[in-house]
Amino acid sequence: MTEATTKTVGAAPAEETPTIHILWINAGLSCDGDSVALTAAMQPSIEEIVLGALPGLPKIAVHWPLIDFECGPVGGADTFIEWFFKGERGEIDPFVLVVEGSIPNEAIKPEGYWCGFGDNPETGQPITTSEWIDRLAPKALAVVAIGTCATYGGIHAMAGNPTGAMGLPDYLGWDWKSQAGIPIVCVPGCPIQPDNFSETLTYLLYQATGAAPMIPLDDKLRPTWLFGATVHEGCDRAGYYEQGEFALSYDSPKCLVKLGCWGPVVKCNVPKRGWMNGIGGCPNVGGICIACTMPGFPDKFMPFMDEPPGAKLSSTASGAYGAVVRKLRSITAKTVDKEPKWRRTGEKITTGYRPPW
Amino acid sequence: MARTKAAGDGSGLVEMAWDPITRIVGSLGIHTKIDFKQKRVAECYSTSSVFRGYSVFMRGKDPRDAHFITSRICGICGDNHATCSVYAQNMAYGVKPPHLGEWIINLGESAEYMFDHNIFQENLVGVDYCEKMVKETNPGVLELAERTEAPHAAEHGYRTIADIMRSLNPLEGEFYREALQVSRYTREMFCLMEGRHVHPSTLYPGGVGTIASVQLFTDYLSRLMRYVEFMKRVVPLHDDLFDFFYEALPGYEEVGRRRVLLGCWGALNDPEYCDFTYANMSDWGRRMFVTPGVVVDGKLVTNDLTDINLGIRILLGSSYYEDWQGQEQFVTHDPLGNPVDPRHPWNQHTIPAPQKRNFDDKYSWVMSPRWFDGKDHLALDTGGGPIARLWSTALSGLVDIGYVKATGHSVVINLPRTMTKPETSFEWKIPKWSNALERNRARTYFQAYAAAVALHCAEKGLEEVRAGRTQTWEKFEVPDEGLGVGFTEAVRGVLSHHMVIRDGKIANYHPYPPTPWNASTRDTFGTPGPYEDAVQNTPIFEENTPENFKGIDIMRAVRSFDPCLPCGVHMYVGGGKTVKSMHVPTGLSGLGG
Repeated sequence: MTEATTKTVGAAPAEETPTIHILWINAGLSCDGDSVALTAAMQPSIEEIVLGALPGLPKIAVHWPLIDFECGPVGGADTFIEWFFKGERGEIDPFVLVVEGSIPNEAIKPEGYWCGFGDNPETGQPITTSEWIDRLAPKALAVVAIGTCATYGGIHAMAGNPTGAMGLPDYLGWDWKSQAGIPIVCVPGCPIQPDNFSETLTYLLYQATGAAPMIPLDDKLRPTWLFGATVHEGCDRAGYYEQGEFALSYDSPKCLVKLGCWGPVVKCNVPKRGWMNGIGGCPNVGGICIACTMPGFPDKFMPFMDEPPGAKLSSTASGAYGAVVRKLRSITAKTVDKEPKWRRTGEKITTGYRPPW
Repeated sequence: MARTKAAGDGSGLVEMAWDPITRIVGSLGIHTKIDFKQKRVAECYSTSSVFRGYSVFMRGKDPRDAHFITSRICGICGDNHATCSVYAQNMAYGVKPPHLGEWIINLGESAEYMFDHNIFQENLVGVDYCEKMVKETNPGVLELAERTEAPHAAEHGYRTIADIMRSLNPLEGEFYREALQVSRYTREMFCLMEGRHVHPSTLYPGGVGTIASVQLFTDYLSRLMRYVEFMKRVVPLHDDLFDFFYEALPGYEEVGRRRVLLGCWGALNDPEYCDFTYANMSDWGRRMFVTPGVVVDGKLVTNDLTDINLGIRILLGSSYYEDWQGQEQFVTHDPLGNPVDPRHPWNQHTIPAPQKRNFDDKYSWVMSPRWFDGKDHLALDTGGGPIARLWSTALSGLVDIGYVKATGHSVVINLPRTMTKPETSFEWKIPKWSNALERNRARTYFQAYAAAVALHCAEKGLEEVRAGRTQTWEKFEVPDEGLGVGFTEAVRGVLSHHMVIRDGKIANYHPYPPTPWNASTRDTFGTPGPYEDAVQNTPIFEENTPENFKGIDIMRAVRSFDPCLPCGVHMYVGGGKTVKSMHVPTGLSGLGG
């Protein structure tokens, strides 16, 4: 089967776009949850991206620790880390750098490392993740931060953390642009919604071939078509909110805002999109939104299971207004819950139709 | 590019290192000294290069935030942490969720096993046994595989062992791609019960927010039966593949082998018995659908969760932390009045001390958890989880739910008729060795086990729904002072969460997942951790010379434990000879178009 693939490559049109390499560093302060989540994507799936199943996608080579074939010893045959040294030496051009996990502050301690990725051949000590970013970011076609840790610091940048963790824009600068003029692309989420990331990656690959214009990002560097609306705007429990019906226990199907849901102020598309294949989610299926896509996550939303202070006022208002709406709707609902009277058995037709005979 | 050099100690050994090890989760480094003359790994050091500090930043936070936060410890089994944390909180708050809430958690966690073992086995470990890898490491073995008929071809459809290996080739292999799809619909099953993967949204202390309806269970069951049918092909497929390696490479049972020192903390509570009290923990622990146990040299030492709890010790020795000797002790006695050791997780203080890596001294961010049997500090392993779970459950002989029966020496898994396949029984028998191949085999059998237990839980859950008992969550109050412990089996093995509450806040919180046990370093007594120990005993069967050496047997040994951290190794080949070979990329590289 390997041969078959190779032959197809050989038969490709003469004018070939260069292979785009994807260098994936999962060794920020991370849990690898974004790598794992990406394997759940179906629109498109990773195998579809890698095997070029969508029309016009460029050839890519993914150097991704989670499922990479290569696993040879350092300096020996099939060494995974060698690709990162090649990237640094300019031997693979172009490449997209993907960073997973927050970036610790390595300057706050006398020695050692908070996180490393591969070893420095000179010293035998780990190369810190921040050092890799310093080496590779200036040479990358684009730099992508995957997950709320890499984008904004996330859970590992929580108050009281010992590592001084931060997001990639905090580290490189919010105005940082790649040599191709592309700002840092941030796909937040803890973890990322699978299709949100595969879609962003696909967009960037199209942009690299010249098929798509500059990726539209908002002021927090998020793709606008994915993060333009709030959770609440896409939540199917918003109807309960409008009618002033709030859950008082977590297993209620009603709106969860009094039990800790931050959906009305959080930019995320999960309730609208579902978690995967339209299944699952957060408040739409009984899980309070803890705002895991936001720069203020997690500190500005804790304790998670308390009602957001802002929700108190608006839910009281909707409580009063909602009672009236509910009353009126129940009257209408009774009417529309009955069939029109002409649907019946009998000798005569009473639908309003006049027979010609 | 390769820099090659003999070990500096004049031993004639070759130093080799893998960093980061791919096809695992997280950050782990394996540094070895290899004796190419004897074809053995002489020394091994396991190192992790990422520190985040959960137990540091959780202090002072609201205890109800614990499951949301600790889920983020791991991106492939975070839900196990959330579940374990919810168990610990239930104990601390004195709340017992409605039965239906517990059945729903069991169904979510079963789906997690089904998903995780499947993706790891086929898409991460499977690649070590695929045609492409075997061709590059043991061409002779591939030749034999081409000539060897698969004994269970009728069940799985692959005529020869080489056909099985080809189907596991990354992306191109048919079975490899099918497994990716299976990992997706099993995650859909998970999301039905716990909202989203891998960090659940609908899990709370006191139960779940999942709306329990007939639809919920129908959607789950339809997918579950597809998985059951899938397992009827996969169990015989892996039996054929792994049996072949014993046949093709005599002595392969030594790869990744270590003494039988297994730990299992039990999983999937029976709500009829589990009340989350510490006082009754020994009893409800034995009612779990995976029986807890410590197994030493094939003998069951205990299946009592209270004993297990009191025996846990956290040692240092080679890790980048300051010791907490002399620091405040949070818990002197457990709720039953038993003394609690200062080195127990309830009393641990995490004091990070970043420093240079030195394999003669401190070399990892992983600590050294051990289990004290009253005499020795045992470096228990989980063997990646399944082997310890099946072993412990088999020996205790307590589980008997029709779909699964533990016999005292084996576990029988009964799968009902599915769309195209008849009723099928599998029996996992206690193996002769705790080695790489048996860890992998157990992983496949446990997938069938998890599906079988899920059938039971789905029936029980649906019974509740049909009876109109649809409550899934129970109210609770957070006490000013309290403590809790949660025990479960994460996918990769033992998982405990120890929490202490003071003034209504988290005063201490220490999660212990399986990987700190497996990836642990040499402790204060000099006892190596399980990876170190297992790799140190690994013979080398690879046909490559040191110059082209991939270390596949070492990788198979390490991956059999299903590591959950990013790994690393350096290569120095003996004799000061410089190797200049550049390999053409394979796998995910350069396949597009």
